[in-house]
Amino acid sequence: MTERNIGDVILKVDNISLSFGVMKVLDDISFDVRQGEIRSIIGPNGAGKSSMLNVINGFYHPQQGSITFKGNTRKQMAPHVAASQGIARTFQNIALFKGMSTLDNIMTGRNLKMKTNLFWQALHIGPARTEEIENREAAERIIDFLDIQAIRKKPVGKLPYGLQKRVELGRALAAEPDLLLLDEPMAGMNSEEKEDMCRFIIDVNDEFGTTITLIEHDMGVVMDLSDRVLVLDYGKQLADDVPDKVRTNQTVIDAYLGVPHE
Amino acid sequence: MMFFIEVTLSGLMAGVMYSLVALGFVLIFKASGIFNFAQGVMALFAALTLVGLMEKFNFPVWLAIIGTIVVMIALAWLIERVMLRHLVNQEPIILFMATIGLAYVLEGAGDILWGSDVKLLDIGIPQGAWGWLWDQGIYVEKLELFAAGTAAILVIFLAVFFQKTRVGRALRAVADDHQAALSVGISLNTIWVVVWSVSGIVALVAGIMWGSKSGVQFSLSLIALKALPVLILGGFTSVPGAIVGGMIIGVGEKLAEVYFGPMVGGAIENWFAYMLALAFLLFRPQGLFGDKIIERV
Repeated sequence: MTERNIGDVILKVDNISLSFGVMKVLDDISFDVRQGEIRSIIGPNGAGKSSMLNVINGFYHPQQGSITFKGNTRKQMAPHVAASQGIARTFQNIALFKGMSTLDNIMTGRNLKMKTNLFWQALHIGPARTEEIENREAAERIIDFLDIQAIRKKPVGKLPYGLQKRVELGRALAAEPDLLLLDEPMAGMNSEEKEDMCRFIIDVNDEFGTTITLIEHDMGVVMDLSDRVLVLDYGKQLADDVPDKVRTNQTVIDAYLGVPHE
Repeated sequence: MMFFIEVTLSGLMAGVMYSLVALGFVLIFKASGIFNFAQGVMALFAALTLVGLMEKFNFPVWLAIIGTIVVMIALAWLIERVMLRHLVNQEPIILFMATIGLAYVLEGAGDILWGSDVKLLDIGIPQGAWGWLWDQGIYVEKLELFAAGTAAILVIFLAVFFQKTRVGRALRAVADDHQAALSVGISLNTIWVVVWSVSGIVALVAGIMWGSKSGVQFSLSLIALKALPVLILGGFTSVPGAIVGGMIIGVGEKLAEVYFGPMVGGAIENWFAYMLALAFLLFRPQGLFGDKIIERV
């Protein structure tokens, strides 16, 4: 990887604890993400990785702790507010609008970029029309970037899995986010699709300078892509360091390989 | 032959009237998966408000219509605040029950506000036989032609709105996946107000047509029952389905009444739609235009 352009802290997570009833899902987690960084969260199944992303984008409301994004500190917020502040995401089990075309899905991602009021939109004239055309151009650029021109008009529910993942990334990118959360972007892909996805992630980070936080199980991918890696296990923070240090960390190795409890 | 054409045409027109009610159902079901039992009562309530504004406050027609639209939007906002907001993520059956409650509340409110007597609604829609066809020996009601034209405009308008605008896309997005919609910055609450407003306005159009035809009376809320087979035929999620379904039912029941009625002593019109719906449920439960029901395991 070429020289990295890492800036100030954009997201700071402080002492987050989250539980559902008696289940403690996250226990006092603190970490930060810097501008322009690719940050990974790893851990065995049920470690609380997805919950952590859900806390950041407002789906879950933690009982304790705070989140500081671009200087604004908050305890909890509604997901659509998080989106309007510049947090976009993809989901572990693809959450696309299945009945809609690829283009429409990506256009939906530009929802917050479009401002004309309902009145103009209902009539589909004037400023609403101009705006629609401008945003359509932006959507087409993303389609070109992700190399999915051929499926522009296809309903996404009918696309193969790998392509759906790509469209979902496109929808998130359409919002031009400051922070992009990717929940297992390569799960269930073959090695060729994984390579493509890796390249897109690197390109997004490189060309648009987008800060990325991702969850991934493929250790090769994680160690190659990430600037820093956060390791969770049973809701607890095991390690938080550069890939080389994490790789050799004994607690991490134990958590992944399992050690007998005395 | 002339007689057959006349029956078919009058069936088509009656069908469009059913379609107008069914449209309101489809809009809400598409965007939120809620079967809104109160749709018929909403049409009644809109018509009552319109007549009330014209009679009690002497509003001119255009102002009364605008006033009623404002009332329907306020109603949508209120429904979201008081009802939907508190039932997020509940089972569809619970939301359905809530709309039954809403139907009673609205019916009562209409009664208290505007009184329960049958009212004439005349906003200047032409009535009587359409001259040109009447000369050919076919009787077609002008009002019904007007309703058909209005329905056509409404459908085109809704199609463009749903397919080509940001809010339309957001509506479809919410219908498809709540979480994903939230993650791209769509506020569910706003969307619900929009969708209930639009279906409130569609209810107003239906209320105007039915009110002009047979007077504004509380039995109007029962036309919602006829919309049910229309929805089963056309598919709960399809706007064109609501129109075509309405027409099939309208024509079907008229033809059945005229040609088979005498054999069984009449009154086929009353149950024909439901039998047709039953047949559809057996062989094509998603309706003619509805989304195919695919269950992945």
